This record gives sequence, structure tokens and C-alpha cells, in this order.
Amino acid sequence: MDILIQQLFNGLTIGSVYSLVALGLTLVYGILHIPNFAHGALYMLGAYVTLTTMLLWGFHYWLAIAISVLIVGLLGVLMDRLVFHPLRNAPPIHDKIAAIGILLFLEALAQIVWGADYRSMDTPYGQVINVFGVTLTMQRILINVGAISVMILLYLFLKKTFIGSTIIAMAQNREGAHLVGINTNKVAMLTFMISGGLAAIAASLSAPINLVFPGMGHLVILKAFVIIILGGMGSIPGAIIGGYIIGFSESLGATYISGEYSDIIAFVLLVVILSFKPKGLFSREGF
Amino acid sequence: MTSLLGKRITVVGLIVAACVFPFITSNLYMLHILTLAFIWMIAVYGLNLLAGYTGYLSLAQAGFFAIGAYSLGLLTVKAGLSYWLAFVLACVITSAIGFLVGLVALRTREHFFAIYTLCVGYIIYLVIDKWDGLTGGVRGLIGIPAPANIGPISFQNPLSQYYLILFFLLLTIFVMYRIIHSLSGRTFIAIRNSEELAQTIGISTMKAKLLAFVLSTFFAGLSGALYASFIRFLGPDIAYITVIFDLLTYLLVGGIGTLAGPIVGTFLVVTVSQSLQFLQDYRMLIFGPLLTLLIIFYPRGIAGALQDWIAKLSSKKKQTPPKQRKNGKGAYVHSQTSEKKVKEG
Amino acid sequence: MFLETKQLTKQFGGLVAVNQVDFTIEQGKINAIIGPNGAGKSTFFNLISGTHPPSSGQVFYKDKDITKLPPNKIAELGIARTFQTTHLFEQSTVLDNVIVGHRLRTNSTLFDAILRTKRFRREEQKCREKAMEVLEFVGLTPVADQLAGSITQEEKKRVAFALALATDPEVVFLDEPAAGINPEETEGLAELMNKIAAQGITVCLIEHKMKMIMKLADHIMVLNYGEKIAEGTAEEIMSNQAVIEAYLGGDASA
Repeated sequence: MDILIQQLFNGLTIGSVYSLVALGLTLVYGILHIPNFAHGALYMLGAYVTLTTMLLWGFHYWLAIAISVLIVGLLGVLMDRLVFHPLRNAPPIHDKIAAIGILLFLEALAQIVWGADYRSMDTPYGQVINVFGVTLTMQRILINVGAISVMILLYLFLKKTFIGSTIIAMAQNREGAHLVGINTNKVAMLTFMISGGLAAIAASLSAPINLVFPGMGHLVILKAFVIIILGGMGSIPGAIIGGYIIGFSESLGATYISGEYSDIIAFVLLVVILSFKPKGLFSREGF
Repeated sequence: MTSLLGKRITVVGLIVAACVFPFITSNLYMLHILTLAFIWMIAVYGLNLLAGYTGYLSLAQAGFFAIGAYSLGLLTVKAGLSYWLAFVLACVITSAIGFLVGLVALRTREHFFAIYTLCVGYIIYLVIDKWDGLTGGVRGLIGIPAPANIGPISFQNPLSQYYLILFFLLLTIFVMYRIIHSLSGRTFIAIRNSEELAQTIGISTMKAKLLAFVLSTFFAGLSGALYASFIRFLGPDIAYITVIFDLLTYLLVGGIGTLAGPIVGTFLVVTVSQSLQFLQDYRMLIFGPLLTLLIIFYPRGIAGALQDWIAKLSSKKKQTPPKQRKNGKGAYVHSQTSEKKVKEG
Repeated sequence: MFLETKQLTKQFGGLVAVNQVDFTIEQGKINAIIGPNGAGKSTFFNLISGTHPPSSGQVFYKDKDITKLPPNKIAELGIARTFQTTHLFEQSTVLDNVIVGHRLRTNSTLFDAILRTKRFRREEQKCREKAMEVLEFVGLTPVADQLAGSITQEEKKRVAFALALATDPEVVFLDEPAAGINPEETEGLAELMNKIAAQGITVCLIEHKMKMIMKLADHIMVLNYGEKIAEGTAEEIMSNQAVIEAYLGGDASA
């Protein structure tokens, strides 16, 4: 029983990270219809920037995360301006290839700047606590609390503020949004900013329990794609729910099926889903 | 007609150059690199047929390459089959798996197809990596034999392997040329332009796409089988995502959707990265932005840019008939915006 | 009956785009479907050509139920169509773009292509001749060897016609063939449509340009909010009360 609770908690933790990454991906997809393969690189850079500001300047963990969010968010904006904006009229295959190009570049860059070594990130929250017989680390609790608060804030931002509602409007109808006077360029930049920021938060929160290395974004981004297809590409609640579904199925699968193959679960799930529903689980017909 | 003759001379010249190359250089390393480049070219041709001519970007190509390679390796090393039987089976197995994957994958479109195939590629990688008992996992598969003799011809030394692989490359190009310049090729291109339109002019798009997909996996398998018996060692990383990125780079630099693209791109990128050996790990620092810049400014790569340039020259010579052609350029711009509509729709 | 729809209906979510439409197309004539924007005209075309499956109702072609056939099978039966925008392969010549239009009447396989068999050569030639023939028919022989990216908008419209005609159809559905071109060119296209009908190929078109329709069409159906509100000759339509209301009352976009 203890194992089950422990694994459920682990699933929640992994799910929180996945959800945050998938949220950024789904926002960009919803607005620009770009499957941003470079999103995994933003995630990786988020962890490195946090790590570096902590080590180099001795900044506090939270301050380092804030800086990371800012830098990675701006990088996202830069990507939009330099690459995706010029490609907005190109055939869809071009966006994907361009995104892959960015991914390769950022990874090579990280390798030059930080080396290929695996690094660990120490935070002030290494304590272990015991709740009802279950051993938890502070950091893991932090990941869950942090991720959920970010999601709530994002929700409030999108639903309650004017700027947020323009994002929703554009996701629903790009041309319509343009017609009612929404500056679609600005909204696109803002979306990339948020998307990058979310990736940085996810990476910075999860890095202390994982490791930091140039290829750390690969699996996460692949799974994030699985998640947004699961939850409907462009759907915000879908990304959150999908993230937790994958998180739980992985942690439970690792315990009860096979630890070796736990990474494969998400992909098999996706292959099965797309085999039956070629447009994803919650495709909106007619769009 | 002169341009056709010129083309023929270029092609014959290139083939002759490839044939005499080993006699010009005694550098075995160069020979090795070139042979390897030939192997990649075959895989890139497969990718080109699907992504370039049919418009479906498959990110599972490295996975199918690995299936071909491991099939040959396992059939010779573990099952003890004769080399050429294993060789043929490797291509058949890869195409058969390609057929099954294609049957499902091709129900999806555009982004979904790219992501689906990316996941399929990743599953292939993970299976090779984790299935120790069969594939040797991370330790790899060793002891793969070189191609067996055909009659009196032996393929034990690098020179004869060079020619063997060159032969398969030329065969690949020949087959590609004939496919592209046939009704089947036109069918693929029609699907790339607009699947909806292709269907309304009576093309069974699913059948045609499946054909293109299976062909592309067949060439991936062929390339993988050649790779296995050339390098004679296999590790799971040949199925890793970086390999598909390499293949894509070759294709993009050379020119996606052009017949010469795979040769031009692979040759250039492989030789350039060889001379930038010190950059080996960081070569993506150059190729990453290159890929992105190319797709923005020269979406059809070097071969495509050359083609457009030649077309421009020849159309200037011909001069357009005076009949009220307001603005040829304007029409082109218009058609590009109409592509955008499809994308958003 | 040549081509007939019975109670044809299409719903997108809760929206009814086409509602229980009965329509017959008269063989050898020029038929037209008109109606305000969003009246469901294009959807109606999509249902007949198999691009979208109808929610209910049936389509009959020469007394055969073709409702559930995929578009390529429908094309094989001799029903061709054009789209509002035609996607041509810009880097290829006009002729090359049209050759594939006759593909459905050929049988050569990939192996024929690789081995260049007799059948392949014969069919390749057949497709090429067909393409030349239809280009001649639509008056594009002079630009046949030019890149598709370099021809005018009006010429592109004609290429779309040629592509549809290359399939050897018995009926062609034309989706707003005259959209985006000037009155003079429209005149030319109208002539072309008359020429097609004179060849014995039935024409059915959607059009916004009222003047052109009234002059051209033998038989007109009016759709409004997905429902058929009138059907008949040009004179009958012009004096129909429901049509006048739909056009003057709603958005007078025509």
C-alpha cells in the first residue's frame, strides 16, 4: 500500500512537470499551429540558466528561477521573430524543419557553454519529511505546489485579464481576431514568452530531482507532444489532464510492469490513440 | 535539347568521377568516408521520396534504417543465414514493418504524422536499446560479416566495398529517376500539392501514400543493411533522433524534392563536417542555424536554387508571349498566400 | 435520372450547413447553384464529390447510390470538380501539371515505371496526349510549356478546368470558377463553359456573379441557410418571391 501511495505521489510530481511543458507547447500550437520541436531546448536552457545564476552569482533559487523565466521567455520571443514569423506563409513542413534546426543549434550551444557532463542542482529544499508513513522530499512537494500555482495563475491570466483573453480569442479564430483589431503579432510574441517561461519553470523545478545535461529536453518534449495530442492540440485543460495521465501511467507502469520500459509507455499510448483517432482524442471537427 | 545533353554529360561525368576516385586517392580514410556518404545518400533518397515528393515528413526514417541494419546483423550473426539471403530479407523485413506502420501512420496528416513517426522512431530506438537479449542493447552487436563473394568477386577489401555500395547507390538513383518521371511520381507530387485535389482527380491517395512510405522504408532498410556489413558493428544510437536530424540536414542542404538534392547535400555536409573534425560534437552549432536559414531563404536547397536559376535564365531567353500577361511575379505571390490558407484551414 | 440528391443533409456540430436538399442535375445542360454567402453551396459540392460524408440523405448517379464512395471512386465514375483555389506545382510546367489528371484512366504500376514497359510508355503517351488535348480545348496551348508559377490568375482557372476535363468526366462541378478575375475574363470563362456543355459534358457550377449565371445557366437552384428555396429557369428564379427576399432581406452580397 505504501508503495502505491509513494508511486501515486511520484506520478503527481512527474505529471506536474509534464503538464507545465505541455502547456507551453499547446499554447504555441493553439495560436500559431506550429509544433515547436525546439520547445525541449527551451526546457533544457531553463535548467542551465537557473543552475548557472545560482552557482556563478550565488543567487537564491527563487531569484534564479525568475531570471531563467525572463531569459528563456525572451529567447522564445526571439525565435518567433527570427524564424517562425518569416515562415508564417510557408508550407507547414517548413515550420517543423526550422524548429528542428533551432533545437539542434541550442543543444550544441549548451554543450559548448556548459559541456556534456551531467550536473546536479542543489537547492535549499533537500530535507526529507515523513507524512503518514510516506517519505517525501521538500523539493518534490515544491514541484507540485509550484506547478499547480503556476497553472492557476495562468488560468486567471487567460480568463480574467484583457491580454489573456486576446490569446484565447486568437487561438479560437485567428482571422476573426485580426479583424476585431487584435495585434496578432504581439499576441504571438506574448505566447512565445509565456511558453518559454513555463518551460523554464518546469525545468528549474524538476532539475534538482533529476540531472541537468544538454539532451535533457529530448524525452520531455517528446512526451509533451504525446500529451497535447492526448489532450487535443491547442487545448489548455487537455494539456494539464494529459500531463497527469502520462505522469501516473509512467510511475505506476514502472512499478507494476517494468522499470526498463517505463519511458516507452507514453509513446505506445500515443501510437495506439492515433491509430484509432488520427486527429487526436479531442479533435474539433470542422476546424 | 542542349540542356538535356548537358545534363547527360554531367551525369556520366559524375559516374566516371566516382568510379575513378579510388585510383586518384590512395587515402583509405577518404575512401571510407565517401563509402559511408553513399550509404547515407540511399537513406536520404528514401526520405526525399516521402517528404520531398509526397509531402509527408517522416521522422521514423532513422528507425527503419536501424531495422534494416539490425535485421542483417541478427540474421547473419545469430541466425547464421547466408549473407545475401539475409541482405534480401533485411530489405523485405524493413518494408514489411514499414507497410504496417504506414497503414496506421498515414491516416494522420501533417503535424500529427510528423509526431506519430517521431514516436515510432523513438519506440524503435528504445526497443533496440532495452532488448538486450536480442540486440545486445548498449553493448552493441559485433561480428557482422562483410558482404559474401558473388562468384569470383570478393567484398573483403575497402575498394570492392566502395564499388558495391556505389553500385547500389546508382541503382537507387536510377530507380528514383524512373519513379519521379512517371505517372506514379506525378501521383506523389499531386498529393504533395493538395491531397484533396489529388483525390478528386481520381487518385487513391491512401494507396499512393502507402506506396511512397513503403518505398522510403525499403531504401532505409537497404541503406541500413549496407551500413551493417560495412561498419560491421551496430549500436542502438543508429536509431537515435540525431540520425534523422542528420538525414534531414543532408536533404535540406541539397534540396528537398529534387533528384540531385540527396547527393549534393550528403556529399557537401559529410565532407565539410570531416574537414571541421575538431568541431565534431559542435557541428550542429553550424548545421542547426543552416537548416533554419535554408528553409527560410532557400526552401529547396542548393539543387532547387540552381534549378530555379536555370529556369529563370531559359525563360528569359524564350521570352513570354506578349498576350496580356500582366505580372507573372504577382501570380506567384498570390499562389503562395493561397498555401497559407490551407495551412490555417 | 442523371445525377440526383435525396434529402441530402450535412451538420457540423450543431450547425446545419445543408438541410434536406433534393436536387436533380439535367444531363448535357448547364446547372447552377446560387445563394448568399454561407448558404451551403460549397458544402453541397463537397457532399456530392465525396470530400465530406453527408450526415444523412443520398446521392444517386445514373441510378447508382454513390453516397458512401470515396472521392477517387466518384471521379472514376465520371464526376469531376474544381476548387476555388487550385494548387498547382509551381516549379513544373502547365503541361506536367495536367498530365496527372488522366492518371485514373491508366493501370501502369510502379514496376512498369521502373522497367519502362510497353504498357508504361503507351499510357504515359496517352496521358500526355490527353493533357495536350484538354489544354488545347481550354485555350492554353501557348503556355503549356511555361512554369505553372508564372501564369496569370485567369490562366490558372483554365488549368483547373483542364485538370478536371483530363479525367474524362461526364459531369463537371465548378466551384466559383470566376472568382477573383475581371469581367472580360469572366466572359471568356462563360464561353468555355458553353463549349464544355456543347461537348456533351454536363456542367454544374456555383457562382456569385449573378449576371453571368442568369445568362449562362439552363437550370438554377437557390440555397439559403442550407435549404433549397427555389429551383427553375433563370426567368423563374428572377421572379421568385422567396429568392428576392433572401437576397434583399439577408445580406445582399451578390
